[in-house]
Amino acid sequence: MSWAPAFLSNPERFMAFSRWAAPLFGLIAVGLGVWGLWLGFNVPDDYQQGQTVRIMFIHVPAAWICMFIYVCLAVASFLSLIFRHALADAAAQAAAPLGAAFTFLALVTGALWGRPMWGAYWVWDARLTSVLVLFLIYLAYIALRASLDDETKASRAAAILALVGAINLPIIKYSVEWWNTLHQGASVFRADGPTLAPVFLWPLLIMGVAYLAAFGSLWLVRIRGEVWKRRAEAAAMRTARG
Amino acid sequence: MNRLVALLARETALAWGRGGGPMVAVAFYAGVATFLPLAIGPEPTRLAAIAPGAAWVALALASLLSLERLFERDYEDGALDQLVLSPAPLELTCLIKCLGQWMANGAPLALAAPVAAIGLGADPASAPLTLACALLGGLAFAFLGGIGAALSLGARRGGLLTAVIVLPLFVPPIIFGGGALDAFAAGLPWTGGFALLGAYALATVAVGPIAMAAACRNALS
Repeated sequence: MSWAPAFLSNPERFMAFSRWAAPLFGLIAVGLGVWGLWLGFNVPDDYQQGQTVRIMFIHVPAAWICMFIYVCLAVASFLSLIFRHALADAAAQAAAPLGAAFTFLALVTGALWGRPMWGAYWVWDARLTSVLVLFLIYLAYIALRASLDDETKASRAAAILALVGAINLPIIKYSVEWWNTLHQGASVFRADGPTLAPVFLWPLLIMGVAYLAAFGSLWLVRIRGEVWKRRAEAAAMRTARG
Repeated sequence: MNRLVALLARETALAWGRGGGPMVAVAFYAGVATFLPLAIGPEPTRLAAIAPGAAWVALALASLLSLERLFERDYEDGALDQLVLSPAPLELTCLIKCLGQWMANGAPLALAAPVAAIGLGADPASAPLTLACALLGGLAFAFLGGIGAALSLGARRGGLLTAVIVLPLFVPPIIFGGGALDAFAAGLPWTGGFALLGAYALATVAVGPIAMAAACRNALS
């Protein structure tokens, strides 16, 4: 992936690439999402979870992707802070609300699944809590960006916060695990191979790729919007100066 | 070196002297600690079960109060520009500002913490550990808070923004300190949580000033 920032750092090339990549990713997301959901809704009932296992196909990929988006946010913030690259900053700005939205989806679907399974919408378990803290960090990032009027200062302050959060997130994750664990352990990404039956694993993986494509598409669209907005502002400034 | 000592004296004096100094934070702390029995009920057994944790959470909230003034005051009157121009690295200046904040606000709050915990019904034998946790935790709160305060320089509603930025970062020290206090109250080994709290506090002292200095430079650019 190391070629990607270098290749896309040129705004013209980025705009040319995203013009066809964004709709393509969107189509992939819709296609795989429909396929994955169809497979997911036709799996046999789980012997423990019954019908509610179907929530997993919406919940688990959201939990995967909300962590992945923070990594994207941190990398884009790093590039924008070190190289003062405007496109990287636009990418960070565009990623944050998407990350918050996917985190929110993971929390809500988790709560809906928890009610019949654990008997409570919310339990103070390590994984739930670290996802909740991740959501709060996304909100803090968005709030900081919105509170500073000067765009340049806002972007640099937000980038510093994103990197502080990136250092802190593993510690937060470790600390809440140290504190309490009830959520089941990982069953897909394991050294000794997944423990999930293939009938459940396949729809889950398909949905994972669909979420990834959906994020890619929305991210590109949002970055394009941000680039256009900045161009329009620059043009307005030029006109105002005469 | 003299310059840094003078700066520490200035920061401590400013934090101590202006606007009621640490009394404001301690009074807020006492107020929050008073609310808990009012909201939860006065039964001693129920209160004693939550006393160490409640005192710990109230401490974290009270340490948020004075953060707004940490950089904002110097930013508004131009002293921050002077500090940036001084030959001492800005990272060191930020470290000393936070140390001053800790001495003038964190330490008085830490002294109040065992009083609040015992008042809520905690075992008096836990007082030394509560004080030690509050001192170490206060160090982490001061440096994490410094990051939030420096980042929200020049923002609208800076105080509220600082709290929103800082609270998610307070999660590890809250957990480690609360874990140590809980374990002590239950008669379990508590050194693990206490050591992790100390490690986290020292890590914030090491890393925090870098982020603060970057944020200050950005605000003044």
